[in-house]
Amino acid sequence: MSKAALFIKNLTKSFGDTIAVNQLTLAIKPGEILGLLGANGAGKSTTMQIMLGLIKPTSGSIEVFGMDLEKDRIQILKRMNFSSTYANLPSNLTVDQNLKVFAGLYCIKNSKDKIEEMMDLFEIAHLRKKVTGQLSSGESTRLNLCKAFLNDPSLLLLDEPTASLDPDIADKVRTLINKLRYERNLSILYTSHNMRDIEAICDRIIFLHKGSIIVEGTRNEIKKHFKEQSLEEVFIHIARDGNLVDRMEKEES
Amino acid sequence: MNFRVIYALVQRYSFLYLRNPVRGFELVFWPAMELLLWGFLSMYIQKETTGDFSNFIRFLIGATIFWDVLFRAQMGVSISFLEDMWTRNLLNIFVAPIRIIEYLAAMFCMGVLRVSIVVIVMSILAWFLYAFNLYEFNWYLLPLFASLMVFGFSLGIISVSLILRWGQAAESLAWAVPFMIQPFSAVFYSVETLPKVMQYVAWCFPSTYIFEGMREFIRTGVMDWHAILYSVLLNIVYLAVAAGIFIWMFAKARKLGLLTKIATQ
Repeated sequence: MSKAALFIKNLTKSFGDTIAVNQLTLAIKPGEILGLLGANGAGKSTTMQIMLGLIKPTSGSIEVFGMDLEKDRIQILKRMNFSSTYANLPSNLTVDQNLKVFAGLYCIKNSKDKIEEMMDLFEIAHLRKKVTGQLSSGESTRLNLCKAFLNDPSLLLLDEPTASLDPDIADKVRTLINKLRYERNLSILYTSHNMRDIEAICDRIIFLHKGSIIVEGTRNEIKKHFKEQSLEEVFIHIARDGNLVDRMEKEES
Repeated sequence: MNFRVIYALVQRYSFLYLRNPVRGFELVFWPAMELLLWGFLSMYIQKETTGDFSNFIRFLIGATIFWDVLFRAQMGVSISFLEDMWTRNLLNIFVAPIRIIEYLAAMFCMGVLRVSIVVIVMSILAWFLYAFNLYEFNWYLLPLFASLMVFGFSLGIISVSLILRWGQAAESLAWAVPFMIQPFSAVFYSVETLPKVMQYVAWCFPSTYIFEGMREFIRTGVMDWHAILYSVLLNIVYLAVAAGIFIWMFAKARKLGLLTKIATQ
């Protein structure tokens, strides 16, 4: 049993002959934000979906708060939440109705007060009677985050939370997530294609390529390792040549 | 089983109906149309032919209402699931701390609500248009309807299982599954009308016993408790099989990574 909020050991998922995740081992400490990066098809989404229990791994284990995800899924999900730009709340319910339903699903005590608190925090209280389908991208993202924070999670999985947001709203969202992380000692797994996001918010970064970890460290360690000025340049290099690390190691030796 | 979770899911589906009057209208529109069609057709047959057709008319109207109990129960389950699929809410549902049994229980509750509304509307229409008193069945209605509803739920669970496995391609099955068993269930005619081979198949469905029981009660005023007993026993089997198929398909969908595809397509 580990003290990490999330501990993944030798996780592998294959679909027929295709290996989507290959012997992945990683941990997130309490209060840490871990960025999971990689080009399309690198295995980020599959990894996240396995963590959420949506996909059954071929082998390996996942421990969340020291509990086994397969055995204690419900207990774990009560202390965990998820927000993705690609999973909006039902578009035909109002903001208020959606939050009421999810407060019920997560069995939130004093749900009325909690919903008010969250709506105030994410500045969407004035939208309570608005139909979710009529919200702008920024409003919709804030609603998704509002739902994600309803149960005071200890572990949050955020899948591209600032995608399709303008820079101003994206900055506000990042700042708020960071603030809440410190206030609540919240662990976050964060995926994004926005390198500014990752640089601004993540304590540690993992680059995935073909389902395996290609490099891991702080943003400065990674930039130094690849002798690049920005994470964006590192990303492009890795995306275009996944064997870069091997080649660099050979050159160094 | 957490009742608060079930309540929250039922609340979610109810909000849909309360927000959109068209959905509420659609809920009673088709049953009302069926009742009008079959009711007036049987009245026309009586008018154009000789002999006593009074029981025949009552059989048809009763069958129309009873069939809708089964059909709406099945739809209550499958449409609730499809609502989550259409609104791309399945992902949020799947990652919330909801047990499969709670999700199914919520769909059952929606089935019960849908059936209750449909039965009330149809019974009023049948009384005013054809002087057919559904409540003549008295308390016998409870086991008859309960049996049809449980069978409808089983068919609903099977439909949802197929959608889980084959996604949108299997969506039409949500409507098709009940009609696959309709000819065998002897809804509008006696089982004896069917060819011998089909009769053997017919007796494998709990619904057949209920429709036969309904006609027997209309004809004689006596309830055939053996018919109800057989349908209850068969329902236990069907419910267990449906639950098994659902668990199997859910596990298969998790293994193949289909849940996210269904949830985001």
